[in-house]
Amino acid sequence: MKTFYTADIKKSDRITRLVENLYKKMPEIEADRAVLLTESYKETEGEPIIMRRAKAFAHILENIPITIRDEELIVGSATQAPRGCQTFPEYSHEWLEAEFDTVATRTADPFFISEKTKETLREVHKYWKGKTTSELATSYMAPEALLAIEHNIFTPGNYFYNGIGHVTVDYPKILKIGYSGLIEETKAALAKLKLGDADYAKRSQFLNAVLISCEAVIGYAKRYAKLADMMADGCADYTRKAELRRIAVNCERVPEFGARNFWEACQSFWFIQMLLQVESSGHSISPGRFDQYMYPYFEKDLKEGGITRESAQELMDCIWVKLNDLNKCRDAASAEGFAGYSLFQNLIAGGQDRHGVDATNDLSFMCINATEHVFLPAPSFSVRVWNGSPHEFLMRAAALTRTGIGLPAYYNDEEIIPALLSRGLTMEDARDYNIIGCVEPQTPAKTDGWHDAAFFNMCRPLELVFSRGKDKGVQIGPDTGEFKYMRTFDDFYNAYKTQMNYFIELLVNSINAIDVAHAERCPLPYQSSMVEDCIGRGKSMQEGGAHYNFSGPQGFGIANMADALYAIKTLVYDEKKYTLCDFKEAMDNNYGKDMDEHYAEKVTKAAVHDLVAQGKTVSREDIASIFAAVTKNPCTDAQKEKYAKLLADIEAIPKFGNDIPEVDAFARDVAYTYTRPMEAYKNPRGGMFQAGLYPVSANVPLGAQTGATPDGRLAYTPVADGVSPAAGRDMNGPTAGANSVAKLDHFIASNGTLYNMKFHPSALAGTNGLQNFVSLIRGYFDQKGAHVQFNVVSRETLRDAQAHPEKYKSLVVRVAGYSALFTTLSRSLQDDIIKRTEQGGF
Amino acid sequence: MENYMDTKGRIFDIQRFSVHDGPGIRTIVFLKGCVLRCKWCCNPESQSYEIQQMNLGGTVKTVGRDVTVREVFDKVRSDMPYYQRSGGGMTLSGGESLCQPDFAVGLLRACKEYGIDTAMESTGYADYDVIKRYLPYLDHYLMDIKHMNSAKHEAFTTKPNGKILENAKRIARDCHHLIIRTPVIPTFNDTEEEIAAIAEFATSLEGVSEMHILPYHKMGVDKYAGLGREYALPDIEPPSKEHMQRLLEVVRSKGLIAQIGG
Repeated sequence: MKTFYTADIKKSDRITRLVENLYKKMPEIEADRAVLLTESYKETEGEPIIMRRAKAFAHILENIPITIRDEELIVGSATQAPRGCQTFPEYSHEWLEAEFDTVATRTADPFFISEKTKETLREVHKYWKGKTTSELATSYMAPEALLAIEHNIFTPGNYFYNGIGHVTVDYPKILKIGYSGLIEETKAALAKLKLGDADYAKRSQFLNAVLISCEAVIGYAKRYAKLADMMADGCADYTRKAELRRIAVNCERVPEFGARNFWEACQSFWFIQMLLQVESSGHSISPGRFDQYMYPYFEKDLKEGGITRESAQELMDCIWVKLNDLNKCRDAASAEGFAGYSLFQNLIAGGQDRHGVDATNDLSFMCINATEHVFLPAPSFSVRVWNGSPHEFLMRAAALTRTGIGLPAYYNDEEIIPALLSRGLTMEDARDYNIIGCVEPQTPAKTDGWHDAAFFNMCRPLELVFSRGKDKGVQIGPDTGEFKYMRTFDDFYNAYKTQMNYFIELLVNSINAIDVAHAERCPLPYQSSMVEDCIGRGKSMQEGGAHYNFSGPQGFGIANMADALYAIKTLVYDEKKYTLCDFKEAMDNNYGKDMDEHYAEKVTKAAVHDLVAQGKTVSREDIASIFAAVTKNPCTDAQKEKYAKLLADIEAIPKFGNDIPEVDAFARDVAYTYTRPMEAYKNPRGGMFQAGLYPVSANVPLGAQTGATPDGRLAYTPVADGVSPAAGRDMNGPTAGANSVAKLDHFIASNGTLYNMKFHPSALAGTNGLQNFVSLIRGYFDQKGAHVQFNVVSRETLRDAQAHPEKYKSLVVRVAGYSALFTTLSRSLQDDIIKRTEQGGF
Repeated sequence: MENYMDTKGRIFDIQRFSVHDGPGIRTIVFLKGCVLRCKWCCNPESQSYEIQQMNLGGTVKTVGRDVTVREVFDKVRSDMPYYQRSGGGMTLSGGESLCQPDFAVGLLRACKEYGIDTAMESTGYADYDVIKRYLPYLDHYLMDIKHMNSAKHEAFTTKPNGKILENAKRIARDCHHLIIRTPVIPTFNDTEEEIAAIAEFATSLEGVSEMHILPYHKMGVDKYAGLGREYALPDIEPPSKEHMQRLLEVVRSKGLIAQIGG
């Protein structure tokens, strides 16, 4: 049996200080990249786009200000200020300019921006008018697709306005041979080209662009070597001086050449990781199987005495801190959908190797340590679980979960590997999978997965069934006929499917339009150089250079639609207690309920925004009256009573998430209305579409665009997240909820599914608590769930649960010798539990 | 002969993902009806065999329903993957499972036919002939010993302890695994001497090596009002952590493997 080093490895004081320094100030927007990019673009007008990209990247790396922060051991920062961000006007910029004056005060992910930076960016943006990927994408989209986007059926916002990211590059290769090795490979590929080849022009341009990019990265590292030496010269502190000298040696060596030791490997990794995010604004650039490709350096260095476990841990912790130093400013709406400054740099530990043997090692454990030491959102830390996973590894992961950090996310090899095989991966590539961003599986260094291509709101097409495809008076979907005349449930369900199919095609249309725009305006030579088989094929990832190509748009609201359609089937068609007209009337009147103030505020803001956009002036009184109209339900008491009865009858119907076979089978079928049609579509890179079922945090803002639904969900409230049951509707505890979720077809949603469970730390108390927790994960995974993550709730959440018990009906807490549903406890006992949580002990 | 799966019984709740009453992840089936009337009982709705109405926070809930072994077992086996991964299974609780022998034994038997671990929380208050029927299908008997003084036992539970103590000796001899459990109730049995006496008795039982002490809690207080009843022990407070720790040491000093809570 393999044995692992499981003892604690202490966190160094340096890490505490690095974290403190990182969070001293609000993150800031900087203009250097945008300025340099634009300078270069002006110089290269008329050249092939791939060369322009490479030259701009090189120009940026030669001139962007560099900095080494206090006490850093791993260096390389994209911005002067900690957690700052550069901007990427080549993708889009209008939103930023429009939000200059609100970006520092908005609630989701605010950024400071100086007046000088505003001025500089305004100047820069003038050049980019008409030249961005988003403008080109818009021109490629069908008018029907643009209309559907405008009416919030789906949003392809992510890549519409930003770079793509969502990739894991060949870190192990660069660690081993450095960019000098890659340059040799590229030169060899160039030498093999024949001048008479049909595609000589494009291939040679691409390969030359790769050469320019790699040289630029080497030069950039050497700038850091010089800076470190210079700082060492002026450093009075002997220890720090020595550190700076060592940093200089590291940066002189890597990433130009292969790493000779663990520290160099860490530094080399960091340059790759950071510079990918200077080349493009794509997020979810995921380190992947860090414990695997770093292990050889760790093992060798440890054996040779170059490092101790403590010093290696400190270096890893430093990387974990640096991952939080990167940042990205999104538009206000997207910032809500991706709340928390997250870049979704997913790093995964454990699982099988390419040959199906368990690959857990000491670094897998140290990844958990690092996450616990740094206690920050990045990396998005994940662990792979399979039937052969060491128990002690999962116990250690469970202990991390118990801290309440919400990490790691757990992934099931036993589901994901066959799912990837079904999408054409080889067995070895499938076994070697890692996770991109939130939950998206793919094989590293070979895949362009376009994983986060769009969000599709499955609730909206159902609204259109009731309106013959009209939204706000505009015909945006097919006319599926008068709903009153739908005689059977199948008639009704088929109308929903017709609406779904129509909008799925439009979704594909818009995604493919964006895909083409990226290929034409923003191919990425640096990123492509580290993804197989771009060099071999002589083209960038954006043009289809990767070995595996996919497009993965996300559907969400399954639980709402399953419950909604089941309610209609039961109450209208089976029991004939209500008509569809009753439902329509009740939904139009929000079931007679006043709108929650929190949501009313959002709706008011949106209405005001619309009016302003139409060029109208809106006074303070106007806003107040809109808000009043939105909040107060104008229904008569008789109406309210009638709707309340319907609502009560809907509530009494069995719901998804309670391990009721009939309802769960129904939910499985409803999910197919999204996942099945998707498989038929192809993308311009030669790959297929594959659906995902996860929402990031978009279920909240997109819910705010959705009226009341037949499952009793009130207007503008959040829709269910991922494949999780609708909030508060899973009332038979975690095993029942997990059984329901496992009954969905996770295989066909091969772009990933997301299941959120809520726990109070007390339910994980003691070794027994952890054992049972691990068993719960294993039991869910035995039934082929793909992913699960745990929200181990804080006392703030418990307070919120007291105020809004309806949202927390499934929250489990440990009371004394037993666990119970929090909301079923008496107020005084609830207070007691909250008090105990504050004392931090059970 | 009638299939045992069709045997009817009366329960008032099924609680899944319970992790404190027996090993691993368990499903607890709460049977309705009890012989004792313990003053501190946290499940007062379990005591009467009759189906009752209970008003909790303004919502009136019917407590108790008649079900077959098959219906209950269908729910129980839904969590099979978790039992297999955790070594868990089903736990009968109540009420007192000994009051519904045909039904309870049917449930235990169904579990054993599917390889599911079984446990039962019980007062042990029944004729031994009845208890004997359970033992072949029972992996863990979690038996309450509440007090060694019969008069005090009777004053707080309405029954003397003689029969319970006699049964404990026989159960210890005949069952697979017996654990003694003692709820620690202030004013009733929370002194070191009283707990020591129970621990000594436990030690004397053949093959018994474990004892759990369960701190009194007020979880059930609201339910008394909901049933229109008065709570008999309004003035007592849960024992402190420190006190429980001292009692734990007392139990350990008798040579038992002891823990606080189930």
